[in-house]
Amino acid sequence: MVTSVTSFSRTGLSDWLIQRVTSLVLLAYFIVIAYQLLGSVDYTSWRLLFDQTWMKVFTLMAALSLAAHSWIGLWSVFTDYLTERMLGPKGNVIRLFCQLGASLALVGYVIWVIVIIWS
Amino acid sequence: MLQVSLYRYNPETDQAPYMQDFSVDTGDRDLMVLDVLELIKADLDGSVTYRRSCREGVCGSDGLNMNGKNGLACITPLSESVKGGKLVIRPLPGLPVIRDLVVDMSLFYAQYEKVQPYLQNPTPAPAIERLQSPEERAQLDGLYECILCACCSTSCPSFWWNPDRFVGPAGLLQAYRFLADSRDTATEDRLAKLDDPFSVFRCHGIQNCVNVCPKGLNPTKAIGHIRTMLLNRAT
Repeated sequence: MVTSVTSFSRTGLSDWLIQRVTSLVLLAYFIVIAYQLLGSVDYTSWRLLFDQTWMKVFTLMAALSLAAHSWIGLWSVFTDYLTERMLGPKGNVIRLFCQLGASLALVGYVIWVIVIIWS
Repeated sequence: MLQVSLYRYNPETDQAPYMQDFSVDTGDRDLMVLDVLELIKADLDGSVTYRRSCREGVCGSDGLNMNGKNGLACITPLSESVKGGKLVIRPLPGLPVIRDLVVDMSLFYAQYEKVQPYLQNPTPAPAIERLQSPEERAQLDGLYECILCACCSTSCPSFWWNPDRFVGPAGLLQAYRFLADSRDTATEDRLAKLDDPFSVFRCHGIQNCVNVCPKGLNPTKAIGHIRTMLLNRAT
């Protein structure tokens, strides 16, 4: 049985809304990055950009948005394809294993971003 | 001669489904696909099994997959469905096959039942009828015409993967038909039952349902309206 217990917010509406809001944050972040890439890209300018507090906060927001957005998307994929209906009796175990792996990876990426940006 | 490849499966005698080829003499007429099936059943193989009733796109019995696209066999002309001189006919995808082209629609009807597709209004009924303004009545256009042929839901991958939890485009079209009805008073209860990660939000808007609906309806648009109602209710 596929249930909602591992979904991001437990309700469809919240997951849907979070995914849209986080996509806007990511769009804004990638526009800023693209704008920077269009200018001079060297160590000094890059370092100056990421030394600013607003950019650190913005990067952290983008990393958290990416993690939330990815989890909601991956949860949909896992609960579509990795189910008892699709894979037989082991479906639920395989799905939980994949969800655990994905969540650990996403938390790891967020921590990695924090370490890089704030250290 | 039209080359027809037909999905065959009789669970009492066959180990697995197979495709059977027929050459059908259509007399160069632009027949409907149902006419071709009737010719096969009458002249070539009387054991071919399919559902049909009104043969004019009203009853919704003969929903089939014709050359990869769902539709009603009785109103799909060969000129629309035949590709490369060949017609491949399969049962509606995603539902268990009972025999040949007949599928078990229990899951489909269970989802339809889930949305409580009937008017709910506990106030005493007026002597004649519950009145609507022309504008209120117009809200139901594009919703009430559904004939429950299941072409839409069985073309939806989200329904294929979670037919027990995702209501599907046909059910959601009917859900919105009653949410949009000015005479219905169960809006809050209806919306509360739809706000989980599966019932509505498994729709990713790929619009397969819109592409195949033989009545030209737009379930994706109705699902969008339901999302908006859920959002307004929550904020």
